[in-house]
Amino acid sequence: MVPSELVLGVHGRALRAAPVRERLVELALLACAGVSVVTTVGIVLVLAGESVAFFREVGLRAFLFDTQWTPLFSSPRYGIWPLIAGTALTSGIAMLVAVPLGLLAAVFLAELAPDGARRVLKPLLEVLAGVPTLVYGAFALLVVTPALQRVVPGLAGFNALSPGLVMGVMILPLVASLSDDALRAVPMPQREGAWALGAGRVPTILRVVLPAARSGIVAAGTLALGRAVGETMIVAIAAGQEPRLTLDPRVPIETMTAFIVQVSLGDVAAGTLASRTIFVVGAALFVLTLVLNLLARRAVKTAPGGGS
Amino acid sequence: MIAAPAPRAPPTTTAADATTPVKLAVRALDAGFGATPVVRQLTLDVPERRVLAIIGPSGCGKSTLVRCLNRMHELVPGATVGGSVLLDDHDIYARDVDPVLLRRRIGMVFQKPNPFPTMSIRENVLAGLRLTGALRGGRKQPAIDGIVEQALTRAALWDEVKDRLAAAGGSLSGGQQQRLCIARALAVEPEVLLMDEPCSALDPIATARIEDLIHVLRERYTIVLVTHNMQQAARASDLTAFLLHGELIECAPTERLFTQPSDRRTEDYITGKFG
Repeated sequence: MVPSELVLGVHGRALRAAPVRERLVELALLACAGVSVVTTVGIVLVLAGESVAFFREVGLRAFLFDTQWTPLFSSPRYGIWPLIAGTALTSGIAMLVAVPLGLLAAVFLAELAPDGARRVLKPLLEVLAGVPTLVYGAFALLVVTPALQRVVPGLAGFNALSPGLVMGVMILPLVASLSDDALRAVPMPQREGAWALGAGRVPTILRVVLPAARSGIVAAGTLALGRAVGETMIVAIAAGQEPRLTLDPRVPIETMTAFIVQVSLGDVAAGTLASRTIFVVGAALFVLTLVLNLLARRAVKTAPGGGS
Repeated sequence: MIAAPAPRAPPTTTAADATTPVKLAVRALDAGFGATPVVRQLTLDVPERRVLAIIGPSGCGKSTLVRCLNRMHELVPGATVGGSVLLDDHDIYARDVDPVLLRRRIGMVFQKPNPFPTMSIRENVLAGLRLTGALRGGRKQPAIDGIVEQALTRAALWDEVKDRLAAAGGSLSGGQQQRLCIARALAVEPEVLLMDEPCSALDPIATARIEDLIHVLRERYTIVLVTHNMQQAARASDLTAFLLHGELIECAPTERLFTQPSDRRTEDYITGKFG
């Protein structure tokens, strides 16, 4: 039992001091939360401001309908699609690697591996996520590309395939780890219900556990795709710097992020149109990620909940 | 294909007559987790098409015992089993028995209703058949509809859900969900139905419906009902087994066990001296 004077607040001092302290803690926490909000708002404002300035000079029409992106040439063209194609290509290849393998790894970890194996394997897998992306980039350029050139005819020294594959390996732990969590969150009685009906392990996983973990798995895929779309170093090193509207994974391309690196590292003066391209590409990247997230959210909500 | 609800049988509580064949025979069963024994040297007969209730205080091994009867116990990491359980005189723990196939003959209903949340009511009923690949041969739609209707009718749920078979299984009330789980178990056409405290998460009205249902189901199935509720055992079963510390203290026709228990510990338990 709690002594009644505490509940009723007879000991005034102890109770009156608390609200002041609590207010202070509240304010401190609010300030912490505020930092991230202010930062986000600031970024959006800068992106929007620079983008508006960009579109005043270039026009939305050229941006959306031109098929060339050559802002640093003497006769500049500003069509965003080659960069989007580059990002889509490398991210797409990465997802083709990461989603099936990551999901299989997660199923193994969550449903099949004995507890001992899981305790060793999961941290090992997560170490992969800790490798600096610079190392992955060098690996793609210096090891994977030369190896692939032996089997893929016409593969250029810079291409989308090699960094795409390496990026897939990079985001694989993310898919595996988050999907593993999602699978583990499926309550045991669900599996037991299936087993008690005479279902084997594999049908139980395919028809009961995976569908029940669907939203978590889609979330894992979305996060991984976000990482792939935003990944910079690997593609900047190994994919090339040639914006090209193509879906051929063998030729040099340039992704949105790699272009931002290229311009940032160059000697473009601030306030010029060329420097504004960084922000407009950044804004496009921001919108792209937002749209992907919204689509994933919809996919989770409208996925078949049963039907017949 | 419509199964008319079987006429309610007069409760024949003195069912342990010698003429009833034994469906399940538990012989010197030991079960536990790691080094901890939970069920010890337990021997027990379940007559065919009768309801056997298993009662006893929490932790006495009721659930473990019943989970040994369809080999679900061994799926828990660290679980141990010894002894034998005979289904129609064949040991289900023999080497040549596939536990997955065995579970199609011995259905189970759990403490908390566990319909599959991603499936509709209809798909929940068909889940066992789909999961076991029984529908793969391309059965005609009317035949499948018949299976759904029959299972739901036998589980006394058909009238309540027949107009919304496509609704999610989770949209039903708790009692309806539990009857859906019973329908799901029946659709696989088991011979034995294990019910592990099927009403522990239900309100009294839903509980009464399940108990009525048990009365009807015993016409077709052999039922093992684990319950912590002695009134339920008295109302719903033909035979009652009393477990204490993993050992069988007494098994007798329900009426006799509750009116003239032969063991002092049974009497203490049913009169509320402990447990």
